[in-house]
Amino acid sequence: MKRRITASPGAWIVWGVVAFFFVNLAGVIGSVLVSSFGTRWFDTWLPQGFTTDWYGAAWREFGLLDVLTVTLEVSLLVVAISVLVGLPASYVLARRAFPGRRLLYLLFLLPILMPPITYGIPLATVLYKYGFAGHLSGVVLANLVPSIPFVILTMTPFIEQVDPAIERAARMCGARTHQVFTRILAPLLVPGILAASVLVLVRTVGMFELTFLTAGPDSQTLVVALYYTMSAAGIRAQQSVDAMAVIYTSMMLVLLVVALRYVNPTQLVARVKDDDDD
Amino acid sequence: MTFSALRLDGVTRRFGGKDALTGLSLTIGKGEFIALLGPSGCGKSTALNCLAGLLPLSEGSIWQDERRLDTLPPERRGFGMVFQNYALFPHLSVRRNIAFGLQMRRVPRAEVRRRTDEAIRLVRLDEHAAKLPGQLSGGQQQRVAIARAVVLEPSLVLMDEPLSNLDAKLRLEMRTEIRRLHQSLGLTTVYVTHDQEEALSLADRLVVLRDGQVQQIGTPAELHDAPANAHVADFMGYRNLLPMKVSSPGTVEGSGLSFRATSSLPVGSDVVVAIRPEDLLVGPGGVPVTVEVVEYQGREAAVEARTLSGAPVHLRVTERPSPGDKVTVVADPARVLVFPA
Amino acid sequence: MTALRHRLAERGIDRQLALLLPALLCVLVLFVYPFAYGVGLSFQPSSGGVLGAYRTFFEDPYQRDTIATTLGLSLPAALLNVAASVPIAYRMRGRFRGKRLMTTLLVVPITLGTVLTAEGLLNFLGPTGWFNRILPGDAVRLTNNYWGVFFSLIITGFPFAFLLILSYLSGIDPSLEKAAATLGAGWWQRFRRITLPLLAPGLATTFCLTFVLAFSVFPSAVLVGDPAGSTRVISIAAYHAGYEAYDYPLASAIAVVMGVIELVVVAVALGLRSLFYTGTTSSGKG
Repeated sequence: MKRRITASPGAWIVWGVVAFFFVNLAGVIGSVLVSSFGTRWFDTWLPQGFTTDWYGAAWREFGLLDVLTVTLEVSLLVVAISVLVGLPASYVLARRAFPGRRLLYLLFLLPILMPPITYGIPLATVLYKYGFAGHLSGVVLANLVPSIPFVILTMTPFIEQVDPAIERAARMCGARTHQVFTRILAPLLVPGILAASVLVLVRTVGMFELTFLTAGPDSQTLVVALYYTMSAAGIRAQQSVDAMAVIYTSMMLVLLVVALRYVNPTQLVARVKDDDDD
Repeated sequence: MTFSALRLDGVTRRFGGKDALTGLSLTIGKGEFIALLGPSGCGKSTALNCLAGLLPLSEGSIWQDERRLDTLPPERRGFGMVFQNYALFPHLSVRRNIAFGLQMRRVPRAEVRRRTDEAIRLVRLDEHAAKLPGQLSGGQQQRVAIARAVVLEPSLVLMDEPLSNLDAKLRLEMRTEIRRLHQSLGLTTVYVTHDQEEALSLADRLVVLRDGQVQQIGTPAELHDAPANAHVADFMGYRNLLPMKVSSPGTVEGSGLSFRATSSLPVGSDVVVAIRPEDLLVGPGGVPVTVEVVEYQGREAAVEARTLSGAPVHLRVTERPSPGDKVTVVADPARVLVFPA
Repeated sequence: MTALRHRLAERGIDRQLALLLPALLCVLVLFVYPFAYGVGLSFQPSSGGVLGAYRTFFEDPYQRDTIATTLGLSLPAALLNVAASVPIAYRMRGRFRGKRLMTTLLVVPITLGTVLTAEGLLNFLGPTGWFNRILPGDAVRLTNNYWGVFFSLIITGFPFAFLLILSYLSGIDPSLEKAAATLGAGWWQRFRRITLPLLAPGLATTFCLTFVLAFSVFPSAVLVGDPAGSTRVISIAAYHAGYEAYDYPLASAIAVVMGVIELVVVAVALGLRSLFYTGTTSSGKG
C-alpha cells in the first residue's frame, strides 16, 4: 500500500492532542528539574543562576540516606515475599480447575480493584492494634495486600504459556514434583518472575496511600517523605523539595528503564486478563 | 526391564460423573505394538494418560506381570512417552533433553553420555545435538521426542498422536521410522491415533474406541475385513453406510439400491449396509445411479453418485465418467457387510 | 478413605491445592479481616447507636458533600481519559516508527505517581509558571483548586487508559476489519459496527480501573487542590476522621461508604459491559 503524504484532519487532531499532552508533561517534569538546579526563581522564564547545592541540602536536611534505605528494604521485602507467596498460588490458578476457582480469583482481584484508602484505613487500624504499624513490618505487611494479587495476576498468564505437557514429559522421564519445579518450571518462568518482581518493585516504590497510613517516622519511604516535605512547604526552600522530587523521579526512571527491558508497557499499567468471563 | 505381559483390567475413568473410558481390559505382550484408534473424544487419550499415570483411575487396575502399577505415580512406572506436540524442554539442548530422564534416574555420568550418544545416533540427529528445540524442524523435534522416550529403555513406550503435527510427506517418513525403531529395539508400544491408515500400517493389534467404550480389538486384517459393527466399519474406510432392509434371505434393499448379501438377520429388519468405495463396481446388470462429483485421484477417480431415491453413494472407478452420466453399480456379496440398525 | 480421595480428585481437589494457602491466608488476614474489622468498627461509634457514625457522616453537609466532590472529579476525569484514548489508540494501533518510544514515554507519568505530578503541576501551572507565561493576558488560576486536581488526574490517568485501550485494540484481529472493508463498510462503519462492539468490554474494564485510580485521589487533592473546600474529597474526610480526629468508627464508616460507592460505579460499568459481546476478539481460529 502506498503511504499517504498528507495526513487526514483526524490524524492532525490526534497527533495535536498527543503533542499537547507531551509538551505539558515535559513542562511539568522540566519545571521541577530546572527549579531543583536553580538559585532564585521568581516570575521569570529561568532561574537567575544554577547550582547543585539543593541536592546536598535535601540529602542532609531530610535524611535521605535513611529514607532511601527504608525504601529499598521495604520494596525488596515486599517483592521477595509476594513472589514467594504469589507464585505457588498462581501456579494452581493457572493449571487447575476446581470448585470455587472463579470466586477465589475474584477475591484475589478485589484488593487491586479497591482504592487503597478504603482498605488502608481499617488495615492500619488493625496493624496499630497489634503493634505492627509505625514500623517497617507494618509498611511491608500493608504493601503485600495489593502486591500478592498483582504477582498472581502477572504470573498466571506466564504459567499458562508453559505447555502442561512439558511438565508431564518431565514426570514421564522420572522427575519428582520438586524436580519438575526446580529443573523445568523455574528456568522457564524466570522471565515472568523477573517481570512480576520489577512491576511490584515499581508499584511499591510509588505506593503512597498504604505506606502513608502505616509508616512511622523511621519507616517512611521516599514518596511519603516527599509528601510530608511538600505539605510542610514554606518551612523548607522550594528548591530543596524539588531536588528531592528529582531524586525520586530519577529513581523511578531507573526502575522504569530496567522494567521496560522485561515487560511490555501495558503490563506496567495493569495485568487484566478477562478471566471473570470465561 | 524384563516382563512377559502388561495387563489392563477394567480400566475406567470418569470426569465429574461422566464416563470418559469404560472397562478397558487388554493384555499387551512384550514387544507388541498396540494402536488405540478412534475419533477425537473417544477416550483414547484418557486411556493413554491413565496408563502413563498422569490421570488417576476411577476403577480398575494395571499390572506388569504380578506388580501393580496403577497406584504408582508416573515417574515410578518406568514408562516412556512421546507427546503430540513433542513437549520438549525448550530451555535444554537436544542432548540435555535426551539425557534428562537418565539424570533423573541417577545413572552414572559416563553411562548417561554413552546412552545419550547412542540415542542421538539412532534418530540421526548427530549434527543437531547442541541445538535448542526451537531451532529444529518439526520432524527433527519429533525425533528428539522419540529419542528422549526410548533412551530410558522403558518397559512400555506411549505415543500420543505423535505424527499429527507433521505435514503429509513427513508423516509417511516418520511412520516408517517409528516402525523401523520398533522392529530394531523391540519396545512394547501403545500408540494413540485417529488415523486408521496409520494404525493399520504400524500396529500388531488395534483397539477401536468410541464414546469411551471398546468397540473391537483385533489384528489389522481382522478389523479391515470384518469390522464388528457399523461404527468400526465407518472408521475402517467403509464410506458407504446405507440404511436398508433385509428384503428376502440373501438380499438387502433400500435407499434406491439392492444387493445380494449374507446376513443372519430376519427378513424385514432394518439394517445398515457397509461397502467400501473400491468394492462398489461399475458393471452391467446393477443398480442405476447418477454421477454427481468426480475427484481425480491418480489412476482412479473417486465418484460421488446418487441413487434413484436420492441417497449418496461413493465408488472408485478407473475410467473417469462425467457429472450427469448414468451408470449401474454392482457389489461382490462377500464384501457387503450387514449390521443391525 | 481412598474412595473419598478419588472422588475429590475427580472434581479437582487434591493436595496440590495447598499451594494456594499462603496467598489465601495473606489476603484473608491482611485484606478480608481488616475490612470486616473496619465494617464492625463503623457500627460501634462512641455515641449515636449502631448507625451513629454513618448518621454523623450523612447529616453533616461538610462531610456528606465530599461524595459529590469526589464523583465530580473522578467521573469526568475517568470518562475524559477513556474517551480521549479511544480515537488516539485507534489511530495508533498499527505499527509505526517510534511507537515503542511513545508508549515508553507514556509510562513515565504513571510511574511518577501523584505526589511528584502535584509538585510539577504547582511549578508549571502556578501563577508564575511556564504555562501562564505562554498564555497571553492575566494569569489563569489553575492550581490550588478543582482544575489542579483534575489535571493531575488526567496526567496520571490518561496514559493508563491509553495503554490499556491500545492493548485491547491490538488484541482485535485486524483481519476482521479487512473483512468488513471487503464487504463494503467505510471506516466509520467498520469502527462503529466491528471494532467498537469488540472493544466495549475492554472499555468498561479500562473505565473501572481509571475510575478506581481517580476515585482514590488523595495526595494531589491535598497538594494541588483546595483540601478544605472545592477539592475536599472523601479520602481526605476519611483521613481526617481517622488520623486527626482519632474517630476510628467514623473513619471506618467513611471507608465503607467509599468502598460501596466505588463498587456501585464498577458494577454499573460492568453491567453495561455485559450488554455487549464478551467473547473472543480474534477470528474463528486461533
